[in-house]
Amino acid sequence: MEKIIAQKTVQVNEEGYLTNFAEWNKEIGEEIAKENNIALSPKHWEVINYIQNEFKNEVPLTIRKIGKSGVVDIKEFYALFPVGPLKTATKIAGIPKPASCI
Amino acid sequence: MMANHLHHKLNRKEWTIDIVDERTEHHYQPGYLFLPFDIYKPEDIIKSIKDFIPSDVNLITKKIDRIVADENYIQMAGGDQLHYDVLIIATGAKIAPEETEGMSGEHWHQSVFDFYTFEGALALRNKLRDWKGGNLVIHITEMPIKCPVAPLEFAFLADSYFQHKKMRDKVNITYVTPLSGAFTKPKSTAALEHLLQEKNIAIESDFAIAEVDNENKTIVDYGGKAIPFDLLVTVPTNKGDELMARSGLGDDLNYVPTNKETLQSKAHANIFVIGDATNIPASKAGSVAHFEAEILTENILHFIKNESLAASFDGHANCFIETGDSKALLIDFNYTHEPVSGKFPFAGIGPLGLLKESRMNHWGKLAFRWIYWNVLLKGTPIPFVSAHMSTAGKNFN
Repeated sequence: MEKIIAQKTVQVNEEGYLTNFAEWNKEIGEEIAKENNIALSPKHWEVINYIQNEFKNEVPLTIRKIGKSGVVDIKEFYALFPVGPLKTATKIAGIPKPASCI
Repeated sequence: MMANHLHHKLNRKEWTIDIVDERTEHHYQPGYLFLPFDIYKPEDIIKSIKDFIPSDVNLITKKIDRIVADENYIQMAGGDQLHYDVLIIATGAKIAPEETEGMSGEHWHQSVFDFYTFEGALALRNKLRDWKGGNLVIHITEMPIKCPVAPLEFAFLADSYFQHKKMRDKVNITYVTPLSGAFTKPKSTAALEHLLQEKNIAIESDFAIAEVDNENKTIVDYGGKAIPFDLLVTVPTNKGDELMARSGLGDDLNYVPTNKETLQSKAHANIFVIGDATNIPASKAGSVAHFEAEILTENILHFIKNESLAASFDGHANCFIETGDSKALLIDFNYTHEPVSGKFPFAGIGPLGLLKESRMNHWGKLAFRWIYWNVLLKGTPIPFVSAHMSTAGKNFN
């Protein structure tokens, strides 16, 4: 379905995740963060850049992997994105919700 | 299972089949769920491995030190080497309580239990036999886990067990999961959450455990939320075998990176992987290994004839979910289709109902133990249930 985020029309799924990463930009990230009550700091952006890179490299994302990324440990990751950190961070980053849970 | 398939199919003048297993007994792991509730006895779930090995297959009972994949041999712990042309890895997944701070501490198998090992399930049975009640917390540490429905089944069976013991009012049951709901797929989550509510089982979702606090008998998550327990039944982190780490073949959880369609190892063309040992995004369920075995047999035959690996696994899983009081649900799904309601295996007829509680499904689940020992391990296809999922008779909307 279509949704207007930060004055741009983008394709999202029923949970609000962008379905085409090419449509993402920083303003969209800021706007989704605001919807989730998060004000993005430079540390947030470091994490978002990291997970976007992993996505581009087709590496499946898990909380465990982020904890070992060297960017943040798991505790810091939770402090940055308090409710369901991986789900929230991927949504802001404009990539699909990780399918690590089967 | 693979030996049973392949010994019929390979030209035995050209091929020998060896199975290396450090154990002498084979456990029916789905039976661990029933052991704590005195439904199964230990002897129902343990049999000798050699009873299931065809007579023209060599069973080698030894520990493996490492797989030297670049040189196509296995280094045994004793010093022997075993060379191979084709290797199938079927080392499964195991619990790793040491991954969570405090989990394997002073309360381990005292008031903190797993039921994914024989020892854990048996210790829990003994605990439950004279437990006086309190807060029972059923907990999943992180995904993926073997048989993702097992902890839910445990919760349902516990409800039924305490009712029969006339002490349900003395037990608070809480189901704690790192997922955002009861299960991983939306339609079954809705059905299962309804059942949890009906059985008065509380659910705490999005809970990512940081530690087991042994002193206060609580589990604490990274967000600081604490849940008190008198009895904690946890599913610790699941990992592939340590052997994969020693051999440099595993990912960060010791699972072998595997092509999800052909089941060939991504790193080595003559290594194939089956069951829980793979990193493929299919359920880590016994039925998956069974369906994979048919695909893998075809692909190994293609491989040795230098043909392309034409057989493609679709992620098919088929699971009975015990819901207590001699009832069960059945779910059937794959990589692309989530479990939905309908009839199985015959469209419109059944006799088994999908995503719907029934006694028929419960008998199906119990019959499965017989099918496992007598049909699955012997590599015989289950009648009317194919390796590829069928969409007939299912309500996808």
